[in-house]
Amino acid sequence: MSYNLNHLKELESESIYIIREVASQFERPVLMFSGGKDSILMVHLAMKAFYPAKIPFPLLHIDTGHNFPETIEFRDRMVEKTGAKLIVGSVQEAIDKGLVVEEKGFNASRNYLQTAALLEALENGKYDAALGGGRRDEEKARAKERFFSHRDEFGQWDPKNQRPELWNIFNGKKHFGEHFRVFPISNWTELDVWMYLAQEKVELPNLYFAHQRQVFERDGILLADCEYISKRPEEESSTKTMTVRCRTIGDMTCTGVWESEAATIEDIIKEVAAARQTERGGRADDKRSETAMEDRKKQGYF
Amino acid sequence: MLDPKHMELLRFTTAGSVDDGKSTLIGRLLYDSKSIFEDQYEAVRQSSERRGEVGVNLALLTDGLKAEREQGITIDVAYRYFSTPRRKFIIADTPGHIQYTRNMVTGASTANVALILIDARKGVLEQTRRHAFIASLLQIPHLVVCINKMDLVDYNQERYEEIKQEFEEFSYKLDVRDVHFIPISALNGDNVVDKSQNMPWYGGTTLLYYLENVHIGSDHNFIDCRFPVQYVVRPNTDDYHDYRGYAGRVAGGVFKKGDKVMLLPSGFTSTIAKIDTYDGELEEAYAPMSVTLLLKDDLDLSRGDMIVRENNHPEVGQDLEVMVCWFNERPLQVRGKYTLLHTTQESRCVIKDIRYKLDIKTLHRDLEDKDIRMNDIARVVIRSTKPLFYDSYRKNRITGSVIFVDEGTNETVGAGMII
Repeated sequence: MSYNLNHLKELESESIYIIREVASQFERPVLMFSGGKDSILMVHLAMKAFYPAKIPFPLLHIDTGHNFPETIEFRDRMVEKTGAKLIVGSVQEAIDKGLVVEEKGFNASRNYLQTAALLEALENGKYDAALGGGRRDEEKARAKERFFSHRDEFGQWDPKNQRPELWNIFNGKKHFGEHFRVFPISNWTELDVWMYLAQEKVELPNLYFAHQRQVFERDGILLADCEYISKRPEEESSTKTMTVRCRTIGDMTCTGVWESEAATIEDIIKEVAAARQTERGGRADDKRSETAMEDRKKQGYF
Repeated sequence: MLDPKHMELLRFTTAGSVDDGKSTLIGRLLYDSKSIFEDQYEAVRQSSERRGEVGVNLALLTDGLKAEREQGITIDVAYRYFSTPRRKFIIADTPGHIQYTRNMVTGASTANVALILIDARKGVLEQTRRHAFIASLLQIPHLVVCINKMDLVDYNQERYEEIKQEFEEFSYKLDVRDVHFIPISALNGDNVVDKSQNMPWYGGTTLLYYLENVHIGSDHNFIDCRFPVQYVVRPNTDDYHDYRGYAGRVAGGVFKKGDKVMLLPSGFTSTIAKIDTYDGELEEAYAPMSVTLLLKDDLDLSRGDMIVRENNHPEVGQDLEVMVCWFNERPLQVRGKYTLLHTTQESRCVIKDIRYKLDIKTLHRDLEDKDIRMNDIARVVIRSTKPLFYDSYRKNRITGSVIFVDEGTNETVGAGMII
């Protein structure tokens, strides 16, 4: 008899351990749910962590108002299936209340405004730990992120002064008003996520699979044609129908789509294994500067 | 095609200074295993060009923070990932200069393998000794010593043997169980992924072959059963009215359904009625699986308690001797009180005495110097407010480790290995 776990089982076990640590160490945790594959994986792992009990914390969705409509439908079905409570933080509301000002121009996106809506939702709910599906392989600033990531009373991240993390001991101690962001799937790669979702037969939004869509090209990225983006005249004329799929799902204004014929999860695994571009390569929000992700994270972004 | 069912996970740590070729080696492993994406490579190429650097600086792949890129240094442990059809690898890449020990210890705490780089022109340096010592202190099961830049010593076998001997003379004093030597040139790729044509005298394997094949199946303790209770699952629904499950991650040994177990601290005994998971019941559970145990008897267990076998107990006590590595700018305070985190248990402790401070350059024990500052290593005596259920770190890295938390700032100020 050999006592060896395969790598997906070991990653699963590590993530479940961290999710249970959050439920034990914090009074009011919340799981940030975007409708993307990483947060779907997070919900799946949370169900496993507390089985046969229900997930003992709510899901929080920050709605930019510029979502793919499929995302919202899928979110609502998922919530119904798990029996978890859903809390929605709205960027539109934050704009209406004057908390933030909408960006203008061709590259206007509500991505940056999400931070304000997120911090407000966390404060209103008095949440002391927000679980997220961030992974270290996604982006270079995220490669330095801890599993238990401390945030000061302004929700800010101080990357130069992080707590060392050793063995499987996690220090979630904090002062009143501070909170933690917790990333249980830090050690998973995009390929791990897909292999695991295939193995577990987890249901996924259709956006991930090849479908026909009206798209246009901007700065080398294919964007879905939608009412939320103002197009330049040459973009208007070059808009065409293509077979595409999403590698990440976010706000429609900054989520690039990829030309792809991958219709099943097995096709996707083959595609990802052979991919020569990172999944966030299509995220216009990361391309604003060399340290766009770090800058947003310091402010309190996901 | 990838077969995820048989892929294993291997964690390794690297450390070194700017010029020993560490970044080049990691870059080569990632590049040759096709784990660097075109857009990442292009972004790094452009950054290098903007900085006026010659060639592509692969260190920029891991040095993602603004301050790191500005100062050209690595501040923190960076995690990198790559995989081959056999294994998925997690690299904890630790910087060689500032806060060396703190980061190295952090990266080493979960590693299966420590990768030590030696510049063939320079031989064993003080830094090599520090790195090897920390690997032994943290009980990393396997050590692989890469003698790099062999191209710059004309691929000379004598030079390789000389350095190997020099390392062995030093490492026999350390507690390392498995040491392996490989002559490489990270820059030219000799013996990294492909076998070198330049060193026909070397009969061993390449680095990647070693990483793919080193036996890690025995790195966990499968003998001494330890299950720290992490969370109590009580669904309180009609279907599961009396369900009371003890969720946790197996820290050692193999638990089987029907096993007689003892509960700590109460000392009561019971039998494992069921090993439960979302995917169904299991017959046995072993480290590092996360499961839920159900017991035959209705006993009151909570977080921080431990389930063990009746005939194999951990140590139980409040007075411990610990090797501590200090992480904080505020020095360790003798008579100082700290929060102590151990497995899933939290208590407080007082530092009663410092036995000695260890000079990690010479391994000399200084009995007089009681000034323990950031990056120092010392043997201390502590007393906890309640009994801990522990093993020596040498026996079990999970039940043998603690961290110290400052009660005022909540920072993690030290890491300890129980002797």
